[in-house]
Amino acid sequence: MAISINGQEYPLPEDPRTSLLDFLRREARLTGTKKGCDHGQCGACTVMVGGLRINSCLSLAITHEGDEITTIEGLGSLTSPGAMQEAFVAHDGFQCGYCTPGQICSATAMLQEIAAGWPSDATQDLTATPSLTDEEIRERMSGNLCRCGAYPNIVAAIRDVAGAEA
Amino acid sequence: MRPFDYQRAERLEHAAQLTAEANTLALAGGTNLVDLMKLQVETPQTLVDIGRLPLGTIADEGEGLRIGALATNTATAVHPRVRSEYPVLARAILSGATQQLRNKATTGGNLCQRTRCYYFTNIDQPCNKREPGSGCGAIKGIARIHAVLGASDNCIATYPGDMAVALAALGATVEIASERRSRSVPVRDFHRLPGDTPEKDNVLEPGELITAVTLPAPVGGIQLYRKVRERSSYAFALCSVAAVIDLAEGRFTRADLAFGSLAHKPWHDPRITDLLVGSEPTLALFDKAADLLLEGARGYGENDFKIPLARRTLAAVLCEATGVEP
Ligand SMILES: Cc1cc2nc3c(=O)[nH]c(=O)nc-3n(C[C@H](O)[C@H](O)[C@H](O)COP(=O)(O)OP(=O)(O)OC[C@H]3O[C@@H](n4cnc5c(N)ncnc54)[C@H](O)[C@@H]3O)c2cc1C
Ligand code: SF4
Ligand code: FES
Ligand code: FES
Repeated sequence: MAISINGQEYPLPEDPRTSLLDFLRREARLTGTKKGCDHGQCGACTVMVGGLRINSCLSLAITHEGDEITTIEGLGSLTSPGAMQEAFVAHDGFQCGYCTPGQICSATAMLQEIAAGWPSDATQDLTATPSLTDEEIRERMSGNLCRCGAYPNIVAAIRDVAGAEA
Repeated sequence: MRPFDYQRAERLEHAAQLTAEANTLALAGGTNLVDLMKLQVETPQTLVDIGRLPLGTIADEGEGLRIGALATNTATAVHPRVRSEYPVLARAILSGATQQLRNKATTGGNLCQRTRCYYFTNIDQPCNKREPGSGCGAIKGIARIHAVLGASDNCIATYPGDMAVALAALGATVEIASERRSRSVPVRDFHRLPGDTPEKDNVLEPGELITAVTLPAPVGGIQLYRKVRERSSYAFALCSVAAVIDLAEGRFTRADLAFGSLAHKPWHDPRITDLLVGSEPTLALFDKAADLLLEGARGYGENDFKIPLARRTLAAVLCEATGVEP
């Protein structure tokens, strides 16, 4: 059995200590996903597993046998960027760009969570359908830190994609 | 990270059998355990991956709700019945960590998460919880996040989680299984005080695994979770209050309260319920409730602020629930 990353199969790592993050970067050679803190605190390593965003630094690769992982490389390419990637460029949603792959994976999954009607800590009425206010975007993206402080433009990029999808 | 032997448990009995062995730990979402293994705070020889056991179901049980040990924090918080009938639980979970972490964090792992004491997570420091007998770095050190209730001379750590505080207010029950027996323990009695054995966070024995948490029939009322922290999102609580309150004819008919990040366990004091129920809500009464809560409170310098903070947070929650002007 193997791990599927962006639709391609990779054999499981031999050393069970390998985090999913190190597996992506070192063994699958997909270096788009970044290592910031390696302790679940910054979100730079955010990827999607079965459509759900997680911190790949706190997950052992070996536990993902048979899982379908989507990384930033799976969301678009230089020649054909995804909608969220284009919006980050259009809105200057970054400076150094280190946090950006994590931000984009996180934001992509976040819009699916909104579409599914999941509440957040910023949702006033837990039983109502949440709407994508700036306050909601900020709370839902709080797991992705940006040392360059590109936050206002990140919010703008996400709002743009959400508006286009709505 | 130290090398370990990785085993994937195929059945619950298998998992219980494996985890009964020395130096063996269960792995659920890994968001706490993998972190602590990287820091070499946890150094299991064998890691038993329980992540694929069929313990993720959330289902009605009588009028209540049974939440499997492997249900993720996300699955619990977005469950329609949790949102409408146990909102204090949804609020507590949503106030914790981030969406990425909650997507991996599980019911069992969340209950068993270890303290965030900085001496516990730094293997160059003394810590009776990590290494019994080595001393406590925090008591005379930096104790900002530490306990003001129920601590001992051996350990002043807090249980840092949010979910369990709401579960304690709701009077939920933890279901536990080992190879030989199963038992259930009220959430209020699941975590323990440090005493002379701070290495034990809770009542689980080797080979015992959490299989589920069950919520009693919903009671409605006003349900609030107030979490005070260093920043408004993505931080552990300095103090939190979970409250399930009801009033009739201007008097409390229900006042189930639990407090987080003040002690080694979610704090529940039945005397507070006894004081409030039957009485008219007033600021003076809320102050008396805080007197009971903080009767034996003791600060360790840096965390002295938690004592007045707990008093004010309790008053704020009771004001919000009853409409009394603060
Ligand atoms: C940056 C960061 C911020 C966080 N902020 C918050 C916060 O604000 N509030 C909050 O409440 N939490 C917070 N957390 C903690 C998070 O909620 C926990 O890490 C998570 O709930 C643990 O669940 P898990 O399934 O990943 O457990 P694991 O890491 O897999 O396991 C944790 C422990 O539980 C044991 N265990 C797991 N399942 C069982 C079982 N079924 N039976 C017996 N033992 C079991 C394991 O052996 C291990 O000792 C934060 C974590 C991080 C990294
Ligand atoms: S408070 Fe407890 S966990 Fe922290 S250093 Fe002291 S013994 Fe260790
Ligand atoms: S590298 Fe994973 S959260 Fe920072
Ligand atoms: S763009 Fe530099 S850290 Fe976010």
